[in-house]
Amino acid sequence: MDVQSATLIAGGLKYIGAGLATLGMIGAGIGLGILFGNYYVGALRNPSAAKTQQTNLFIGMALTEALGIFAFVIALLILFNAPSL
Amino acid sequence: MADPLHQFKIEKIVEFPAFNIGGVPVDLSITNSVMAMIIAVGLTCLFFLATTARASIIPGRGQVMAEGIFGLIDDMTDSIIGHDGKQFLPYVLSLFLFILSCNLLGMFTYFTATSQIAVTLTLAAMTILLVLTVGFIRNGFGFFKMFVPSGVPWPILIVLVPIEVLAFIMRPVTLTLRLFGNMLGGHIVMKVFAGFVVTGLTLGGLGAAIGILSMGTIVALTTLEFLVAYLQAFVFAVLTCVYLSDVVNIGHH
Repeated sequence: MDVQSATLIAGGLKYIGAGLATLGMIGAGIGLGILFGNYYVGALRNPSAAKTQQTNLFIGMALTEALGIFAFVIALLILFNAPSL
Repeated sequence: MADPLHQFKIEKIVEFPAFNIGGVPVDLSITNSVMAMIIAVGLTCLFFLATTARASIIPGRGQVMAEGIFGLIDDMTDSIIGHDGKQFLPYVLSLFLFILSCNLLGMFTYFTATSQIAVTLTLAAMTILLVLTVGFIRNGFGFFKMFVPSGVPWPILIVLVPIEVLAFIMRPVTLTLRLFGNMLGGHIVMKVFAGFVVTGLTLGGLGAAIGILSMGTIVALTTLEFLVAYLQAFVFAVLTCVYLSDVVNIGHH
């Protein structure tokens, strides 16, 4: 294989890599589902306590979501040829 | 299809000549990012000036809104940090208002300053420097007790302490990337669907159906983005409070 076609293929593989990097969001999605699902289970059982736990819900959401955002940022870095990668 | 990343391009509006400070070139030109921040801060100041200028015992609509925002953050610092929370209220409130106004200004199609990693990194660095300063001033070297959870047998501590240290180091990184990623991601998705509308409608037939469907999606996404704009500002403020509370109440948790 000559150099030119090899760089072409590598340029295409970059997009596959970016797509694969976004798979990390699966975990964040499952995590958010569990988080909010359990919050609503708890909130419907004891509606009077739901309001007080809202801040904790958002803290949990922020921490879970951050992991999904990491995957997204890595995908962007691959997609736009970050110099460090 | 139009480039969905074009909206994040920084352009100079008012140009100032660059100068050197100790060999480092400094360019203080007003870019559209700086302009967006100036507008956001200006609007926030105007809003609070207008709503609280003639404060009365029976509040009007504007005063209720202003007091609602103030009360929200006041309750937050009070419930998370505790008794000493009052002294951090000005910082958390201005952080919250700045992020919220920048996010909301981004929703009105001008420019989202918080989608620039430089802006979010600055905010996160400010927060973490405040946390470190407060931690060392209030506790001295007792600050490092934060990394050693109490009531844990020592063999587990060997594993646990490095994890705690790593988690602390990751805090500014997650603060930066969460706000940045959310704003960037949301706006890219909206512009991608806007691209579908244009491409779909020019194709005609089945394409037109896709275009109309995408238009509906954009309306729904815009609503979601308004929620995200508020929620991310709120989350940033909550996490700032949590990190401050960690160093303020070091002995009792």
